[in-house]
Amino acid sequence: MIMGIEQIIFYFFAASVLISALCVVVMKNLVRSIFLFFVTLFSLAALYLFSLADFIALTQVVIYAGGVLVLMLFAFMLSNRELLNSLKPSASGFKVNNFAGILISILFLFILLSAIISTDLKQLAWIQESVPLSPADNTTHQIGIHTMTTYLLPFEILSIFLMMALIGAAHLARKGNKA
Amino acid sequence: MIPLSHFLLISAVLFCIGLYAVLTRRNAIQVLIGIEFMINAAVLNFVAFGRYDKIAGGGQMFALFAIVLAAAGVAVALAIILNVYKYFKSIDPTKTDTLKD
Repeated sequence: MIMGIEQIIFYFFAASVLISALCVVVMKNLVRSIFLFFVTLFSLAALYLFSLADFIALTQVVIYAGGVLVLMLFAFMLSNRELLNSLKPSASGFKVNNFAGILISILFLFILLSAIISTDLKQLAWIQESVPLSPADNTTHQIGIHTMTTYLLPFEILSIFLMMALIGAAHLARKGNKA
Repeated sequence: MIPLSHFLLISAVLFCIGLYAVLTRRNAIQVLIGIEFMINAAVLNFVAFGRYDKIAGGGQMFALFAIVLAAAGVAVALAIILNVYKYFKSIDPTKTDTLKD
């Protein structure tokens, strides 16, 4: 099989997502782990681009890299020093707790992988009937139209939900909170 | 064009990495990162299937909603983590074992 440039870039980003995600998870140092999270999110945005979702990719970069990551760094810095010291790993390598976690996630991975490999997605009726997106399509335009027509109610509910989350977060993070 | 199943394989592995983080990490922020990985794996699936959903655009719309919900969740979760840190002087989820004062 000859790999085109598209395949090479795709698998490069896929590898970068998985490797950096694994590093984030096993890293003991929280700062490094948060900054590697950044790499994972950017590579994921690149993968979204490969399925022709340019607006989603940009949203991913703006919301995650711009918002969530900065928030995490803030939380980290506000609860610093003792946090770092208290997170020193206990010297006894593998804990029982750890082992069970690894076992569960690997078994779950096998279930997922065998399910994905054994299904033939091309046979699904709606995929066969559908016209796939082509790179020339203006998906941002389509998303704008869908937001204001089919998905108007979820969109409005989401705005209320966001305000609730905003007020809730501000209330929780207030100074001198008695609750 | 990248086959659909490759997207699904990547997101399955990413989901399991997130699951591992949630189950084993002793640090609330890393547990939160694990949850974000799981949500992102789901978003990757939405987006990958969304390529075949040109007319309704359901995949991409739902991915957008999921990203926004995840971001709101992170904001609240981090506020809670800060409070837990203030109260217990630790953000190890195994050490925070009381809900009342």
